[in-house]
Amino acid sequence: MEFALSEEQGILSDSIKKMFDENISVDNLREHSKGDKSLRKTIRRSIVDMGLPGLMIPEEYGGSGLGVLEASLVAEQLGSYAVPSPWVGNSIMAPTAILFEKDYHLAEKWLPLIASGEITACISLSEVIGKRGDLGLTANGDKVSGINIFGIDGELDPAIIITAVDNNLILIETDNNGVEINEIPTIDSTRPVVEIIFDSSNYQIIPGGKEVIQKTIDVGRIGLAGDLLGASQNMLNKAVEYSLERKQFERVIGSFQAVKHMCAEMAADLEPCRSLMWYAAYSQDFISDEANLLACHAKAHLSEVGQDIARTSTQVFGGMGFTDLLGMHYWFKRIGLSRQILGGPERVRKEAALIQGFEI
Amino acid sequence: MDLNAGPEYIDFRKNVLSFLEENKHMSGKARTPVRPSNEELEWQKKLIDNGYAARTIPKEYGGYGADSDVLKSRIIAEEFSRANIPMGMANQGISMLVPTLLELGSDDQKNDWISKTISGEVIWCQGYSEPGSGSDLASLQTKAIVDGDDFVINGQKIWTSGAQMSDMMFCLVRTEPDAPKHKGISYVLIDMNSPGIEVRPLMTMTGHAEFNEVFFTDVRVPKNQIVGKRGEGWHVANATLTHERGMLGDPNQSATRLNEIIELMQQETINGEKLINNPVHLDRLMRLQARVLSMSFNSLRLLTASHKKLDAKMAKLIVKLNGCQLNHDLAGFAIDLLGELGTIYGKSNHDHGSGKWQWKYMFDLGLIIGGGTAQIQKNIISEAGLGMPREPKAIINGKK
Repeated sequence: MEFALSEEQGILSDSIKKMFDENISVDNLREHSKGDKSLRKTIRRSIVDMGLPGLMIPEEYGGSGLGVLEASLVAEQLGSYAVPSPWVGNSIMAPTAILFEKDYHLAEKWLPLIASGEITACISLSEVIGKRGDLGLTANGDKVSGINIFGIDGELDPAIIITAVDNNLILIETDNNGVEINEIPTIDSTRPVVEIIFDSSNYQIIPGGKEVIQKTIDVGRIGLAGDLLGASQNMLNKAVEYSLERKQFERVIGSFQAVKHMCAEMAADLEPCRSLMWYAAYSQDFISDEANLLACHAKAHLSEVGQDIARTSTQVFGGMGFTDLLGMHYWFKRIGLSRQILGGPERVRKEAALIQGFEI
Repeated sequence: MDLNAGPEYIDFRKNVLSFLEENKHMSGKARTPVRPSNEELEWQKKLIDNGYAARTIPKEYGGYGADSDVLKSRIIAEEFSRANIPMGMANQGISMLVPTLLELGSDDQKNDWISKTISGEVIWCQGYSEPGSGSDLASLQTKAIVDGDDFVINGQKIWTSGAQMSDMMFCLVRTEPDAPKHKGISYVLIDMNSPGIEVRPLMTMTGHAEFNEVFFTDVRVPKNQIVGKRGEGWHVANATLTHERGMLGDPNQSATRLNEIIELMQQETINGEKLINNPVHLDRLMRLQARVLSMSFNSLRLLTASHKKLDAKMAKLIVKLNGCQLNHDLAGFAIDLLGELGTIYGKSNHDHGSGKWQWKYMFDLGLIIGGGTAQIQKNIISEAGLGMPREPKAIINGKK
């Protein structure tokens, strides 16, 4: 037994960190939030150049054949740098869905394109988890119509959309197929979400029924948990760093126990999340009977801890945390969005209870 | 990450299971805080003979003499806990003194005490805290002055659990009054039957006396009962404190407690509805379950880190703070599940086990405070873990 990251996994994290260090700053996140899309393009190019989009795609389809744990380590770095680029939907959920029953036709057609970065895949499953009003899709023969919201990774003209209708996961091509995609403005300017309007769009069923829907959501939740872990750790690190520079009453504020204890509490809450995250991500590939429950716990628990850290670390910065000058609010907001997409904590915990046979 | 156990461990687990199956009739109930009964002493001997207690203590000192293998230790703990069979004794002598003697004791001390301690024949208490020296332990004032071949000890200790039934005390005393506070302390072994020792039970909020005060008046202790050198007691004590902090906040205990709560929720009804079907209770249960799982995985991470010498400093520093808080929150949840019945504390026909939970709820608050308060833990986490500075000394009336 070995409960630790391997050397290769450590190298993967470090190399991504290095790439983001060179490419991303609060200044360009700010430009990006004002509508300058150049950061989106440069980052995407760097991610593609590193061969990351196909991280979980088998080598025979042009990917690296790694697992959910490695993908969640990448998600952690994306959260840590608030990276505006597709990941959880495109590189974790889409390959998992298509590979679930090894449908060779779908896999041969789409996985090499995702791996090479030629296309992106948008995932839209909010209506499966919690449908609002009359949103969602209706199937009529081999066509679907309706409106989905909170699709993820839909900002780079995705070639395909993976969504669900009538207990089936489906794949819809976007080209000339009655599909309209619009970005929804949310608190989180670093990671766009989209509304998708389908008007008699042709679709194909991804085989696997309810099980593939569940598995796709599980790995998506793991990815979001990774993003939350990285974003939270970054906020804590930055708060500690700031507390060692900022002086009041002729002392650095990090020497006051009031501030130290806030930071210690954040660290005490967050550190066990790392082990939860590793175990939950590992279980997706290797411990199938625990995978579903652990995905729920990782997502819900990191959402709670993340929210506390987002609030508390902002307070460590005092007034500066509240301003746009330091830009800590990009992480505050990213955590806020991650908490809600693919199910807020209460909804996900209800699933965790049901999985264990506790009836509600 | 590789969570598969190798074949050696699969076999080892089978051995543990068959031992438990064959011998569970001997194990008796979990121990109460009194001296071990004959049955308990026999059980302890059986566990040591089979390598399920004192596992890594060398054979020459009465142990089983196995090499340290964290995974095997974990398998033993898991299977005993699953079978609800008490593990080997875990008193302060075994958990704290024995590792210290193995590391820093003289040959005579090892020969005199280790075997008798692990067998349960000799029971120890810990003499660290004093009324004026709690979080600031190194300021302790109990004095030991050399007189011929003895130290003569005067002073007072507090928070001494088990003092009234102990044979011996491992104790911190000030031997060098003129040295800086950390350098004037020595670690001595005191016979609790010595003339001049008075033990007074200390009644706590639980209604029981889980702790004592111990008073020393001209108590004579032979000079060879010092562990380490004179003035090096702080170093010796820190070796033991590390062991204590590992004991407090054990995630196996939280996992057992969570399972007890699930059973309670499946049995108890309110207005005819089982508690396990109440969505509000279930939400709280799931929140606690996530914390219990996180701490269990954190301990797996620590096992690997200690085995492979990996850095997991923060993961270690947070165990006492988180584990004790989690246990307390679990007890609080159990009481809320029982509602009004949860307040029953004493004999009543209406008691559904609340006495146990109320005792834990109060006693665990004591554990949040004891063994290094939560506040001190947060100082340690922020200083040793996050690199934040110590708070400068306050100046009161012009004095530091």
